Amino acid sequence: MQERDLDAPPDDAPVVLAVDGPHGPVIHATARGAETSGARVGQRVVEARAAAPHLIVAWGDPSGDAALLDRLALWARRWGPHAAVDGDGLVLDTTGADHLFGGEAAMLADIEGRLANAGLSARLAVAPTRGAAWALSRFGPVRAVCHDPAACAPLPVAALRLSDDGARTLSRLGLKTVGALADIPRSALMRRFAKGREAEPLVQLDRLFGRLPEPVAPADAPDPARAVIRLSEPVQDPTPHLPDLTRALCAGLARRGEGARRLRLTLFRVDGEARWVDQRTARPTRDPDHMLRLFDGRLEGIDPDMGFDALLLEAEAERLDAAQPDLAGEVDQTEALAQLIDRLAARLRHVTRPVPRDSHVPERAQALVAALGDAPAVALDRPPRPPLLLETPEELRVLYAMPDGAPMRFRWRGQTLDVARFAGPERIAPEWWADRAGTRVRDYWRVEDARGRRFWIYREGLHGDKRGLRDEDGTWRDAPPRWWLQGISG
Amino acid sequence: MTIPFPDPSGRAGPVLPAPCPPTLSEAFPDSALDPGPIGFVLAALPRGPRPVLWVQDHATARESGVPYALGLPIRVIHVRASNAADALMAIETGLACSALGAVIGEIWGAPKRLDFTATKRLALRAEAAALPCWLLRRGAEPDLSAARQRWRVASLPSNPDPWDVDAPGDPRWRATLFRSRLGPPGVWEATHDRAADRLDLAPPAGDRAVVADAGARPRRATG
Repeated sequence: MQERDLDAPPDDAPVVLAVDGPHGPVIHATARGAETSGARVGQRVVEARAAAPHLIVAWGDPSGDAALLDRLALWARRWGPHAAVDGDGLVLDTTGADHLFGGEAAMLADIEGRLANAGLSARLAVAPTRGAAWALSRFGPVRAVCHDPAACAPLPVAALRLSDDGARTLSRLGLKTVGALADIPRSALMRRFAKGREAEPLVQLDRLFGRLPEPVAPADAPDPARAVIRLSEPVQDPTPHLPDLTRALCAGLARRGEGARRLRLTLFRVDGEARWVDQRTARPTRDPDHMLRLFDGRLEGIDPDMGFDALLLEAEAERLDAAQPDLAGEVDQTEALAQLIDRLAARLRHVTRPVPRDSHVPERAQALVAALGDAPAVALDRPPRPPLLLETPEELRVLYAMPDGAPMRFRWRGQTLDVARFAGPERIAPEWWADRAGTRVRDYWRVEDARGRRFWIYREGLHGDKRGLRDEDGTWRDAPPRWWLQGISG
Repeated sequence: MTIPFPDPSGRAGPVLPAPCPPTLSEAFPDSALDPGPIGFVLAALPRGPRPVLWVQDHATARESGVPYALGLPIRVIHVRASNAADALMAIETGLACSALGAVIGEIWGAPKRLDFTATKRLALRAEAAALPCWLLRRGAEPDLSAARQRWRVASLPSNPDPWDVDAPGDPRWRATLFRSRLGPPGVWEATHDRAADRLDLAPPAGDRAVVADAGARPRRATG
């Protein structure tokens, strides 16, 4: 990878990039000017310097290069759906995609031009097999377009993607070019390169000629439902193009009988970067207007830099059959509800549905499920419960309680409340299968103060229950019960 | 509904609040600690299979608690917004949805965003969608608002429980309709009849001013 800074040295300067090796810095990459001075990749810097004192040594950043390559692989998907990092380069499966760009040669020119705009120089080749493309891009002519892997015959054997051992074996045998290796009868080759690591030259040769498959495996799942728009001029604001994009995606989804559960809008920048926005939906949908609203206001935070020139909308799809209106002409209300929830959840994080759950402990008897998820039907026959529950119970100071336990006067939030009516106690024992040891029993009261304010309070623990305090040796001691306010009824 | 005697002085207002199509209503508590409006609004909401969108801002959720499925007569979709602007957005989005039964918005205090224009938007949307929308305003003074009905709700001691003299029975509130676009304002005593799950409104009991022509012979219709 070359430097992308604007103050990068000229192309013919003798620059090498160095990384730490076991015996001092080792050359990691060379510029063209350095190669003519005799520097090689893998050479130690001191040796190279001894031979060519004018070398300019800079430190390389292999992890940064790898990260840039990862991003570039994403960016390269504008030319085809399958792009992946391949060692120090990118491999792109352009099967059936080149005609969109006016043929293979035109596509290569397009790729090179756009990479150059992004400040990157690249060596490109198109070939019927991955091995041939690898070989031609590194050892072949500029922008090679090859239709027959046999065209690789004049290339050196290094073009076979061999390890050092394999290359050494071939050089000892005096095989200099791919063609020389390919001309040897196969039975002889198989005898010499039979198995294991030894078989490497044969395997790579077969890959180059397409006798062994070598698919491009992009990091994520292939073939999502997708719609793409390529713009002739970069735009700063992609919003006006979104309606076309969602309509195209939904038309595709409708043909496949699917609806989108997840959406990813990827915006390709001119400078070789891509930005994306993810959205989820509560139910599969193929309503373009609804999709459009999900991206409302989500693109504002994206830095367009020099502008976007391609938009890609991908969907992770699920089966969705056409909705049947009922006899009254109304479509299922769940759809409208799902769209509402999507729209809310796109902007706010806390959109939930409280549903009852089978538990006796009040705060555990309610589950917050995703707003449109399936909720288990739990029929609970419980004494009256308040409509509102404090998220954490607030401690009360009971000033006066009846001998049987009912509180008569307590302080809460700085106010003194006199209890006029009460109902209780309702005893709720801790759930031993879920609670920690030492959890105390609760006695709940519904109380109403003299002004009619209704609350749900509980006493935690009993006198003499030996549960309140724990000594250092692990035995439990008695502690006075505590009072808490947990629920509020209107 | 109990209708004892029409009050000729009109002091307590009409016998019943004017019937109103679904619209935006506001409910204010008597004091910030009084949870009365919640119970009143929950009792007043229409019942049905459609869920209710319940929007709370953080302050309200912290102070007055979050909806509790076991104590609610209705299905709820709960939205927790971090500020008033988000809460208003959520309410407005909810009012555009035909699958809801009602929308409840709880906004603490009087944020700048909740001005006349914002309430006007909500009122128009609620009427267009024919959805009842209640704004519960705790810690706020009733200033300018486009709500069609504005209530002040204070808890009253509940009715005695017929089975337990000590226990609180059906909850009661004093509901003051202090501003209404749809009819004259008035004061009522509201009771939630829990057995029938119904909200009863009755003119407040107690002494009334003597009518000016009390004791006079009733006028006879002539002609």
